[in-house]
Amino acid sequence: MINKQVVARGLLGLARGMSSMKWPAFGYARARSLQDVWRLQSEHGDGARLIAGGQTLLATLAFRLSEPTVLIDITQVPELRGVSVEAGTLRIGALTRHAELGRDELIARHAPLLREAVPYIAHPAIRNRGTIGGSLAYADPAAELPACVVALGATLVLASAAGERRVRAEDFFTGLLETALRGGELITAVEVPIATAATRSTIAEVARRSGDYAMAGLAVHLSLGSNGQVAAPRLVYFGVGNGPVLAKAAGAALAGRRLGAESIAAVQAALAGDLDPPSDLHGPPEMKRHLARVLTGRALSRFLPATEVAA
Amino acid sequence: MTARIDITLTVNGERVTRSVEPRRHLIDFLRLDLGLTGSHAGCEHGVCGACTVRVDGEIVRGCLVLAVSLDGAEVTTIEGLSDSGEVEDLQAAFVARNAAQCGFCTPGMVMAAADILRHHPEADRAAIREHLSGNYCRCTGYQAIVDAVEATLEARR
Ligand SMILES: Cc1cc2nc3c(=O)[nH]c(=O)nc-3n(C[C@H](O)[C@H](O)[C@H](O)COP(=O)(O)OP(=O)(O)OC[C@H]3O[C@@H](n4cnc5c(N)ncnc54)[C@H](O)[C@@H]3O)c2cc1C
Ligand code: FES
Ligand code: FES
Repeated sequence: MINKQVVARGLLGLARGMSSMKWPAFGYARARSLQDVWRLQSEHGDGARLIAGGQTLLATLAFRLSEPTVLIDITQVPELRGVSVEAGTLRIGALTRHAELGRDELIARHAPLLREAVPYIAHPAIRNRGTIGGSLAYADPAAELPACVVALGATLVLASAAGERRVRAEDFFTGLLETALRGGELITAVEVPIATAATRSTIAEVARRSGDYAMAGLAVHLSLGSNGQVAAPRLVYFGVGNGPVLAKAAGAALAGRRLGAESIAAVQAALAGDLDPPSDLHGPPEMKRHLARVLTGRALSRFLPATEVAA
Repeated sequence: MTARIDITLTVNGERVTRSVEPRRHLIDFLRLDLGLTGSHAGCEHGVCGACTVRVDGEIVRGCLVLAVSLDGAEVTTIEGLSDSGEVEDLQAAFVARNAAQCGFCTPGMVMAAADILRHHPEADRAAIREHLSGNYCRCTGYQAIVDAVEATLEARR
């Protein structure tokens, strides 16, 4: 079993405290369809692990935190690919790589938050391999994409030999590196309600070095009425809890109000009821709370009309 | 199941077929099986960038790619990039500015910098630093490396 407390410190933290070694011996099989995945899973049982981009799985294998007997490569499964729009919903296949999120036209138009998040995720060479499905399934509490999909009110499409089901992103993340995925199940796609003229979104984060996992971060999505009133605000913090934290009190403090210095201060104050950050490598809980408040101010200020920002 | 698997791929323009253990990563494959020692293995868990190579035209961490997964792929290493002449000017700029000291990071650094030359010809210093942020150098302090990339970009404009 994986030592979750250790893993959740992040790979870079791990790198300081532990030494890595050659990977354990394992087998390899490439699936070419979902049917193939189900067959390989039933052949190999509990020792089988799915591999997509490998950018987390292979890095953690070097620490021998888990020793799978066989890796099932899902990168050639066509059902997990592609980005498309249908009936007001953007469908993003699980194999969509971070780099693709950053340059896909449909994503830029319909879910600009995801595009904005990409430069914060690791480095170019890692973004060329890592996938959205892998990032969501791994559920690192300091990762950007889990927070973004919760902020966007997305739905995850899960499949297993028994069939397909849909889970709201905010119900998918259940604990530290834990998700609603059942044994034998995988993520096939993410469905995102498409952006409208009224919706606004942004991401803000503090990291020690460019490309590191966040010390603290925030993904926001909301609607602005013609009178400037905020509707349906969703503020989702990362790097400050066991998973993405949807800040309900902060959202309630903002809903129905006009954005401005006062309402932003109210949101910052309300955060005290939403966040209970553990201390980690980066610092104590109070530092994380402070960062969350600062990021909240930065992120929400971006939606102010230029005149008010200058004031 | 841990038995060797046959793969055929193109490395620096040459077709090669080998039988590999599933746990072999691309860098060990290149260095130990093909004798191409230009790509370096540093941390071997994705952090340092010394192992940067191209797979199907895009840079990757060679230490985070399974060789067995590369059946049919096209790989370019620093040897191939260098021989092709694609980055002759960049390499000259590295030499002129002393952007390589011990040289351990240099192959990965040049692979990542070549990616800037190809995809981001308009990059400024901040964008260069950002793009190279996943490539660690313990010697130069980065300034000379950023200078070399910037000078190459400017000369090409
Ligand atoms: C040095 C370094 C820095 C990084 N920095 C960041 C960062 O700042 N922010 C960030 O978010 N990430 C970061 N990452 C992680 C990176 O984003 C990974 O790409 C991502 O977390 C996992 O995606 P993957 O496709 O590589 O998954 P893999 O490594 O292939 O798989 C990860 C896990 O998910 C499972 N899995 C994969 N796909 C599916 C699926 N479709 N359905 C169900 N289960 C699946 C696998 O079985 C495995 O358990 C970093 C990685 C490295 C090495
Ligand atoms: S050896 Fe691959 S990143 Fe360090
Ligand atoms: S020149 Fe020595 S590590 Fe970069």
